[in-house]
Amino acid sequence: MSGVRATARIVARDDGRGGTALPVLEGDGPIALRRTRGSGAEARVMLVGAMSGPLGGDEFAVEAEVESGARLRVGSSAATIALPGQAKGEARYDVRLHVGDGGELEWLPEQLISAQGSDLYVRTRVELGGTARLVLREEQVLGRVGEQPGRLSSRLTVCVEGRALLDQELACGPGAPGGWDGPAVLGGHRAVGQLVVVRPEFGMEPMAARVVGEGAVVMPLAGPAVLVSAVAADALRLRRLLDEALAAVA
Amino acid sequence: MKAGRITGAASLEAFCRGRLHTAGLVSASLAAAAVLGVDPAALDAAADARTPSPALRIAGRKLGRQLMRAARATWPLGELEALAREFPKGAHQPVVLGLAARAAGLEAVDAAYCAAYESVSGPASATVRLLSLDPFDATGVLARVAPEVDRVADRAVEAARRVVDGGVDALPAASAPLLEISAEVHAAWAVRLFAS
Repeated sequence: MSGVRATARIVARDDGRGGTALPVLEGDGPIALRRTRGSGAEARVMLVGAMSGPLGGDEFAVEAEVESGARLRVGSSAATIALPGQAKGEARYDVRLHVGDGGELEWLPEQLISAQGSDLYVRTRVELGGTARLVLREEQVLGRVGEQPGRLSSRLTVCVEGRALLDQELACGPGAPGGWDGPAVLGGHRAVGQLVVVRPEFGMEPMAARVVGEGAVVMPLAGPAVLVSAVAADALRLRRLLDEALAAVA
Repeated sequence: MKAGRITGAASLEAFCRGRLHTAGLVSASLAAAAVLGVDPAALDAAADARTPSPALRIAGRKLGRQLMRAARATWPLGELEALAREFPKGAHQPVVLGLAARAAGLEAVDAAYCAAYESVSGPASATVRLLSLDPFDATGVLARVAPEVDRVADRAVEAARRVVDGGVDALPAASAPLLEISAEVHAAWAVRLFAS
């Protein structure tokens, strides 16, 4: 038995009247897309999970293209829970984001929770034009309350004008390389998150590194971007740290 | 150590494993790819993208510059000279290590072993100095992780071969959040013990 394959697509376009149009808003299978009320020039979209998953063997993808001058904010209605499925093998979740010059994307989904027995590989790749802006949040929670995590690997690559500014992969859970829960990697924390902010002006005036709270730091990358990296005991504490860091960056 | 995450041989071993399979794998792959003749500037940029902590990027370049001085004096090679000219403040240490190995006529696997071993030997000796861990316990830790050092060196060479055809995206990007976070917390102290 094989899993579900689904690709949802969003295209955001400057409508020429100070707003952003969504000429493509195509949900697929378990991923439904809803346009919600935006603010100012920005269009807003919610990802709605219409089924559970991803389950073992599923292959989900979300593609968003923000064209030059358009502004898009994407959230999700609930956390995504990776679960074991009847189909054996790894599930995949691919997120492919593209932002043209002068475009802006805020990609702020809810947490990804790795349930016991699940096996998921998440690949997020962001391609930005030289004057594009980005805020991207990624949060992973290892297991539901009181539960051992599944196997979770996630790779995040952010490129500006074709050059990778950030390329990070984290593997955890049963079967991950040794030491993933040790003092070099997660140290027993059950929630881990990243927040990437790309702004052309960071190229001229890089932000200083700073420690935000216990377990969270703001780090200027080698390019017009900063990364907030955080670990916490649980999802709630992680979100607080990332919110605090985002306020410090803004 | 100040954060209390390494307290003895068991936690040192978990730390070494974590560092080996993340930063160690990335360094070993960069070094192996440099031996195979991949463009060092592209490898250096790939190292930047895989090192979000500015404190660790600066430390990596300082170590690279120190190694460059020793390597140029020992094995004159045009490629080393060119890299030194292109990166006056230092290229990332594993890239210099790989080019030095190339200049010395070594294989990719030799450079990969060197980088992978370095990722665990440093923390082990630091623990002996700072926590007064029995040196034999530290050596025991290194002996126990040795089979994993073998596997990381093999994976690094496989990755480096893929980089020759597929570009630097094929390099591993394994990351360790606490290594990066601790490096920044340590850099913010008034009194610093280590640069890397």
